[in-house]
Amino acid sequence: MSPEIDAEAILQNLETALQPMLSAKPIMIGIHSGGAWVAEQLHKDLNLPDPLGTLDISFYRDDFTRIGMNPQVKASELPVDVDDQHIILVDDVLHTGRTIRAAMNEIFDYGRPASVTLAVLIERSGHELPIRADVAGQFVELTATQHIKLSRDDAGHLQLVIQETTG
Amino acid sequence: MTEDLQFDSAGRLRHLLTIEGLKRQTVTDILDTAESFISVGEREIKKVPLLRGKTVVNMFFEASTRTRTTFEIAAKRLSADVINFNIGASSTNKGETLLDTVNNLEAMHTDLFVVRHINSGAAYLVAKHVPPHVAIVNAGDGRHAHPTQALLDAFTIRHYKKDFTRLKIAIVGDILHSRVARSLIHVLGILGVPEIRVIAPKTLLPMNVEKLGVHAYHNMYEGLEDVDAVVMLRLQRERMLGALIPSEQEYFNLFGLTEEKLGVAKDDAIIMHPGPMNRGLEIDSSVADSERAVILPQVSNGIAVRMAVMAMVMGNQAQAGERKA
Repeated sequence: MSPEIDAEAILQNLETALQPMLSAKPIMIGIHSGGAWVAEQLHKDLNLPDPLGTLDISFYRDDFTRIGMNPQVKASELPVDVDDQHIILVDDVLHTGRTIRAAMNEIFDYGRPASVTLAVLIERSGHELPIRADVAGQFVELTATQHIKLSRDDAGHLQLVIQETTG
Repeated sequence: MTEDLQFDSAGRLRHLLTIEGLKRQTVTDILDTAESFISVGEREIKKVPLLRGKTVVNMFFEASTRTRTTFEIAAKRLSADVINFNIGASSTNKGETLLDTVNNLEAMHTDLFVVRHINSGAAYLVAKHVPPHVAIVNAGDGRHAHPTQALLDAFTIRHYKKDFTRLKIAIVGDILHSRVARSLIHVLGILGVPEIRVIAPKTLLPMNVEKLGVHAYHNMYEGLEDVDAVVMLRLQRERMLGALIPSEQEYFNLFGLTEEKLGVAKDDAIIMHPGPMNRGLEIDSSVADSERAVILPQVSNGIAVRMAVMAMVMGNQAQAGERKA
């Protein structure tokens, strides 16, 4: 069973919800890799003037001592000074909240933003930390064995699939 | 044998002792990870929390400034605590053996040893001796290996030249005594560099050097022709005088890198040197300070590469511990 969800429609919801925040001239930062894809699309559709930033949180993970170094780590790129800026932090799926904790630690090593708003395509059940999305395209109730995965095809279209994890 | 000790049963790097035996994928993973650490060094806060709570011991039984300092900065940028242990101030002067020293430092609950020693195989000896949760990184052992230097050289070459599989690279100078040359030849071979040349007087080349997969030259104008990168080695004066080269002036005339000799290399050839440089002996000052010289970027790159190596071996070490627990 792998029901497909309309990722493009959810993206529309997210864009609508973000509209009121644009007057603060926010800087958008996407988390590798799914969050960066979503952020890329949002950044384009919302016509944000400042360049898009991307974060790879591999160096800030709390499970380094369990899983070691991710060999596919990418460089984080924050082309704009984050000091005193309003940040929209973008990820594809908010699940446990651990990725967001790591991302916020990393952002604060670049500077002291005025505010951080968390925007996610999907907020799902299973939080393990006191972290919630400020803006979510859709909330999805999933069991612990279910997994929601974002992919991007060659044409740049986003797809969301729910998978049952086995074993 | 040395090679086997470097990997766990799943083939992951748990110590870095030598370049020999590394897979191309492992080398590429190290260089890619180092690439991400470059941006950390350019930020306001130049630290990441990967090795928080870990203790790194720099064990240097042989003099070093650059290597020891860059290992220290690298460990600190990974948030590890660092102890520098130099032979001049240590108990080895009072007769303690290498392994006794290691035992004592290990009893202080340290996690990673960076070892430099005048004897070939010292890092291997320590790696064989330490318990499974401790990682070893070789920072130069005798004439044998200097793997992190080779990796930072490869990183620097990749940065400027992108594709290894089309390059001609010349290594010039005292190949015979050089662990840098040995490790560099291995890493360039692993990365698929099609033409590696060594240029030196016959007295400074090991016997059968071609067996390493290199072409030997005894003339700079022939050896440098059309190369993409020139790696100069330090002439180890202390091992040299009287015996292996006739005089410093003659050595410079024949093998010192000058603008004139460099004229036969590609126009965009880069000049590298692991330091410390003997200006006017193996390299002319005007070349060392020219735009094509990437000797200082090599030093900065060394920090990122050493961060990558330390993060990788500690990560794999931690996993091994976790599996056992």
